[in-house]
Amino acid sequence: MSAAFHLAARYVLRHRIQSALLAGALGLVFALPLCLRVLIEHAQQELRARAAATPQIVGTRGSALDLMMTALYFKRENLTPLPFDALAELRHTKSASAIPLHLRYQAQGAPIVGTELEYFTFRGLHLAAGKQLSRLGDCVLGASVAKQRNLQPGGHVFSSPEQAFDMAGVYPLKMHISGVLAPNGTPDDEAIFVDLKTTWLIEGRSHGHDDLKKDDSVILKKEDGNIVGNAAVRMFNEVTDANLTSFHFHGDIATYPISAVIVLPNDAKAEALLAGQFARSKDKQLIRPRDEMESLLAQLVRLEGFATSALLLTATAALFVTALVFALSFRLRQREFATLEDVGVSRLSLITVKVLEILFVGVAAIGFGLLLLLLASEVAPHLLRWAL
Amino acid sequence: MSDLSGLNVTDLHFAYSGEGFCVQVPRLDVSGGKALALAGPSGAGKSTLLRLFTGLLTPNAGKICLGSTQIDLLNHEQRRAFRLKHIGLVFQDFALLDYLTVTENILLPHQFRDGIADTPVRLRMQDLTERLHIDQYVNKRVSLLSQGERQRVAVARALVHEPQFVFADEPTASLDPARGRIVVDMLLEDARKRGACLVMVTHDPNLLPMFDQTVRMEDFATA
Repeated sequence: MSAAFHLAARYVLRHRIQSALLAGALGLVFALPLCLRVLIEHAQQELRARAAATPQIVGTRGSALDLMMTALYFKRENLTPLPFDALAELRHTKSASAIPLHLRYQAQGAPIVGTELEYFTFRGLHLAAGKQLSRLGDCVLGASVAKQRNLQPGGHVFSSPEQAFDMAGVYPLKMHISGVLAPNGTPDDEAIFVDLKTTWLIEGRSHGHDDLKKDDSVILKKEDGNIVGNAAVRMFNEVTDANLTSFHFHGDIATYPISAVIVLPNDAKAEALLAGQFARSKDKQLIRPRDEMESLLAQLVRLEGFATSALLLTATAALFVTALVFALSFRLRQREFATLEDVGVSRLSLITVKVLEILFVGVAAIGFGLLLLLLASEVAPHLLRWAL
Repeated sequence: MSDLSGLNVTDLHFAYSGEGFCVQVPRLDVSGGKALALAGPSGAGKSTLLRLFTGLLTPNAGKICLGSTQIDLLNHEQRRAFRLKHIGLVFQDFALLDYLTVTENILLPHQFRDGIADTPVRLRMQDLTERLHIDQYVNKRVSLLSQGERQRVAVARALVHEPQFVFADEPTASLDPARGRIVVDMLLEDARKRGACLVMVTHDPNLLPMFDQTVRMEDFATA
């Protein structure tokens, strides 16, 4: 046995590149379905957890999936916005708490999430550094955003314009970083949180500029008590202690846009009543993320079934190819085995040599497959975050 | 313990199926410690006869006895076991495994028979490689050696386990006359010292006087 082991080991080591390639191919083919399972298992767990933690979401009628992805994963789908007074209506029912979300802009590739302080309590988000939002123009960074971009409290981050060459469009706002959240392994790590009013400020519904009453040089005309400024009026792109009071809103705030409202019903009865109430609404919808997520995951599992079938077929084909490779290899080495037979090596020993060679490659393939599996479980959270 | 001295062949007849060529040996005896040279032109059946003696071929008729063992009566596995234990073979094409080193090739049959080589075997291997002038290559892969060096590795492999029967198929074919002489001297000395039986196929008429017996294949083979 030791001679057969030695001979097989020497052959595999002497042809290590070919053996490693074969083992690698085998390991890859057999690990792929398992890796896919690991990734999907992780995705299911994470998606379910996020959905289960969010009882209800209200948005404008349309794609329930888009609404869910916007409210849970800040996907900035092109949802028709809700008027801000929809939030007041929900709160007026007194049967649920409501947290507004507004998503339209981004900064350095991360979504800017306009919300209220209640959101942090609801999601269990804690500050790792700095302090909470306290002033218009403040922002709190998710842990990953801060880490990847090396940002810290006291620093600044600019909102990105929607279109680079739109001179009349939205101007970037220099936001003051008031705090950084502790990592919690959810999409909150990847977001920049601001007060709802700050998103409206970015959107241009609010602005701050030089006081026209104090400086005549920036006045174009005065008529009927209205003062019209000229082009010299400085518009502020940053909120500071000095200019904070100059910021003001135009129009009716009740009509200002929000993307969605996270609804936290007081009890099961309130949940059912709200669902019934919104079922009759023509312009709004209320979804249960848990239900939407389950139907999405059902699709995912079906897709996984197809993918696994295809991968298993590939694995079977790979198994046949490997068998062929070994058969051809042994055939090419017929002279070598005949020599061993001539010397007097028993048939059992020769079979042992061949089996051991296959085993060595098999063990290497399993090792490689396990490595891939380990890698898959390591990268699964990042991959999911990237995919979403 | 069975007697392992001498080769006795009686009324041997062998023919390849479908071919007219056949080998017939009415009687041949080689005592222990003696050496027999098989001479003759190419295709005369020297290698065939050697394969018959070692049990690699089975005669159509007759008896081949290696000591008290009639090898033609053994089954394949028994013959393999017998060869591994009692026979040293030097093949015409060396039959070495290219991916093994000189040491590994020499000890291969021993390892399949007795497991890991112990000190006496290693000392014997060292002695053989020194005498065959291949001691500086022991850790080299045989694929890196010249034909002559490979031939000498094959000789060392045949002798390292001190077999009672040594069959060598033109072991000097790839060697220059001086080295060929060293190899034949060593095979003869080794066989005589241990009382082993040596049968060697050779084309070289200069070597024939060194053997105790010489058989010309023209006397055996018929077309």
